[in-house]
Amino acid sequence: MKIGVLVFPGSWSHDDFLWVFREVLRVAAEPVWHKETSVSGFDALVLPGGFAHGDYLRAGAIARFSPVMPAVRRFAEGGGPVLGSCNGFQILCEAGLLPGALLRNDSLQYRCQWVQLRVDNPDTPFTPGAGRGQVLAMPISHGEGRYFADPATLRRMNDRGQIVLRYCTPDGRLTNAANPNGSLGHIAGIVSEGGNVFGLMPHPERAGEPAVGGTDGLLLLRALAGGLAAPAR
Amino acid sequence: MVGSVFEARVYVTLKQGVLDPQGDTVRSALEALGFAGVGDVRIGKFMVLTLNGASRAEAEAQVHAMCRQLLANPVIEDYRFDLADAPASSPSPPPGEGTGEGVRPAPKMRAGGT
Repeated sequence: MKIGVLVFPGSWSHDDFLWVFREVLRVAAEPVWHKETSVSGFDALVLPGGFAHGDYLRAGAIARFSPVMPAVRRFAEGGGPVLGSCNGFQILCEAGLLPGALLRNDSLQYRCQWVQLRVDNPDTPFTPGAGRGQVLAMPISHGEGRYFADPATLRRMNDRGQIVLRYCTPDGRLTNAANPNGSLGHIAGIVSEGGNVFGLMPHPERAGEPAVGGTDGLLLLRALAGGLAAPAR
Repeated sequence: MVGSVFEARVYVTLKQGVLDPQGDTVRSALEALGFAGVGDVRIGKFMVLTLNGASRAEAEAQVHAMCRQLLANPVIEDYRFDLADAPASSPSPPPGEGTGEGVRPAPKMRAGGT
């Protein structure tokens, strides 16, 4: 079992992902520079947060053309698990591996805070340890996280259970106050139709140890790690 | 055969139906300044690029392809552009000729700096 963590110029969360995989979950993980053209040897891929290529033009717009991306696409189309967090989510949407797009927060402010997330579909490869309606706490840190998809796409996603996480209050209610960026449907995380590509704006890698304020991120990352790891305590 | 140099002016805006909080904020500010007649403000991007093309039609096709692949995200954005002969390419430039729908020939101006 080995996890590849992609690194673009301007990525900033790759070291946190590598730390959690190696030091907390005790699985092998290696960085993958964006100029690589192969991802063979990896069992799962992570696109981390940051500001790949400066987020020039649009967040993720340039990164989706990085040399590694055709290999990522082949990996995803072959059913391999791919997780994109924050900027990684934006890149996956720009690349068309996930539906929709991420827009400037409705507050026009960069938001760096802990949020609560309701698990609306635990039946994905990434959420085997979660219960339906369970509320998870994780940090967000972004200026462009307002999820958008056209109404027909949103309906299809709802019908197919592609909406996995929604911003909520600590007791699981969907309110505007608990939605930090104005995302349609309070959407924080979605999976592809095939279920093997997962994008979320929150940072599970920053919720991996009690010392950083919480461990709910492990619930998602442990699944990626193949369930081989013992729970961190 | 030598191609021509064209200047494309590309306008990218959020689609109707996509919330534009920047535009809304600017509209409120304009109202506060007493401009009562402003109905809607949409904020977008303006890009100027020069390109070589064998013909105007080829240059237009190139810019359309650029917009679809990179310059605009079709999920959230619309684009349009004008194509004119690049100012430096001919000693006696013809008047700028807008080809975008409903766009008058653009005055010569620089992008960016104030």
